[in-house]
Amino acid sequence: MTPHRVSLFARAGRDPAALIGLGVLAAMAIAATAGPAMLPEPDAIDLYARLEPPTLGHLLGTDELGRDVLARLLAGGRISLMVAGATALLAATIGTAVGLTAGYFGGRADAVLMRVTDGVMALPLLPLLVVLAAVDPAKLGLPGDSDASEAVAVGRIVVIIALVGWTTVARLVRGATLSLRARDHVRAAIAMGAGPWRIMVRHILPEVASPMVVAATLSVGNIILLESALSFLGLGVQPPLASWGNMLTGAMDEVWTAPLLALWPGLGIFLAVLAFNLLGEGLQTALDPRRAG
Amino acid sequence: MGMSTGGRVFSRALQSVAVLLAMSFVIYGLMGLMPGDPIDTMISGNPHLGSTDVARLRALYGLDQPWALRWLRWLAQVLQGHLGYSRLYAKPVLAAIVPALGNTLLLMTTALAASLLVGVPLGILASLRPGSVLDRLANLCAFVTISVPTFWLGLMLIAFFAARLGWLPAGGLTSMVAGEGGGGLADRLRHLALPATTLAVAGLGQYVRHMRAAMIGEVRQDYIRTAWAKGCGPARVVLAHQLRNALIPVATITALEVGGLFSGALITETVFAWPGMGRLIAESVMGNDFNLALTGLLLATAATLAGSIVADLAYLWLDPRVRPS
Repeated sequence: MTPHRVSLFARAGRDPAALIGLGVLAAMAIAATAGPAMLPEPDAIDLYARLEPPTLGHLLGTDELGRDVLARLLAGGRISLMVAGATALLAATIGTAVGLTAGYFGGRADAVLMRVTDGVMALPLLPLLVVLAAVDPAKLGLPGDSDASEAVAVGRIVVIIALVGWTTVARLVRGATLSLRARDHVRAAIAMGAGPWRIMVRHILPEVASPMVVAATLSVGNIILLESALSFLGLGVQPPLASWGNMLTGAMDEVWTAPLLALWPGLGIFLAVLAFNLLGEGLQTALDPRRAG
Repeated sequence: MGMSTGGRVFSRALQSVAVLLAMSFVIYGLMGLMPGDPIDTMISGNPHLGSTDVARLRALYGLDQPWALRWLRWLAQVLQGHLGYSRLYAKPVLAAIVPALGNTLLLMTTALAASLLVGVPLGILASLRPGSVLDRLANLCAFVTISVPTFWLGLMLIAFFAARLGWLPAGGLTSMVAGEGGGGLADRLRHLALPATTLAVAGLGQYVRHMRAAMIGEVRQDYIRTAWAKGCGPARVVLAHQLRNALIPVATITALEVGGLFSGALITETVFAWPGMGRLIAESVMGNDFNLALTGLLLATAATLAGSIVADLAYLWLDPRVRPS
């Protein structure tokens, strides 16, 4: 398993587009981690310094509440990237569990799980996400919006997006599991009396790891777009906590007076999504060179 | 797989009805979990309501009943053709949805046509010389348009063409002021320009990539070699042989988009204040307008499901190799 995975990343490392994507993401991660220490407090409001042009004190100027745009950009980027990473991980976990179960047990379990997957895939995603995001957690017996900590509020978005985002990985893992199940080493393990759990974890999971990583990487871009769209609509990450999506909500009202305000958060979303798509594409080509053009 | 086309469509349609029913049940439940209900809205609008009035109102609207029972009653009403009344628009649900559907279809078909008109030729050109500068540029363009967030693209277009240059309106369907030619064809087209451009750009990339991949997939086929061997010219090989087959998967993908034409573009319609289905769904969900939100969401789901059946049929119709004999 290890040499195979190393060669996947090594082959992707020869693809300049994938390297550029990786570089952009690394730069963003470093800026979002180290930046806030050197910049003003991202939530500090100064109503006497609203919508100021870039100065030495505020390199990208200030927003509609006088907050430092660069500081909010980095703080928002940290939230957006963390949410995207956590969501991709959770979605991949759900998808893998569904795909493994369906592919390994086959029969009725497979039929039911794949019908559900097809059903979820056929749904109009964004309207459905709006409904899910509008649900009041207090009515479910969970901590309500008002008294929720940052982690709970962010975790909610992660769960909501993962609930609709697991289908691609599920299909992929099911397909791989189906073909692996017929292989000799798996059949030998079954014959030797290994339980389904052990076979799935020891013999099948390592083999499907590479396509899983590729599918998860390719999904991150889309997840960032969904999170920022929800936050933009006021249903995702809630202010005053900054995210790239909700920074654009504020900027939209100022588009006539301060159009540059809307430029930066969107550019952040765009570059992050582009970088993940380039990286994912590079990994996919490395995994299956026949697909390359 | 042994099943006739009719049988296949029938079983797909049955499955879709089952998905729709399940969806209506789930959405009905989720709507009940949203903050506030119609009675809360009435209370905030009328401070004279006491707690007994509230209980009476809840009983009157059936809100004291369990959720599954309320869903069944709602379903029975809908099956008799009563979609209910929209509180947000103060109209019957159907009267609120029909104009929104028209606006959405106008916006979405314009955008889809523009995406195809640019994306398909660009994909074909890119496929002719894989690895060339043109191919790389087309690929970059595809990646950029797939990765751009639509609401940001829309905002940037507004900032530039509406706020900075003042050439085009920033939102809405028409100008309200009659003196500015409000309601005329030119005025409508001017309002359509920015939202349609936003959606067209966002959809462009996938057509470039699919078209290019399909063309390259056909190059290696035997029948292309045969065509060259027969002495066909390059134009004839590419246009009459390669393109004809490569268009099949692209047409199937386009047919899949047909369902989306009806559910609209929630984000773009919100940014441009375009009164279509996407914006209607978002507003009704956030405004606790249960009847309208349920109908809107189910219509969008039904259209998407129907779209995937259409795509299936389109594939069968276009590709004789998979047609059951």
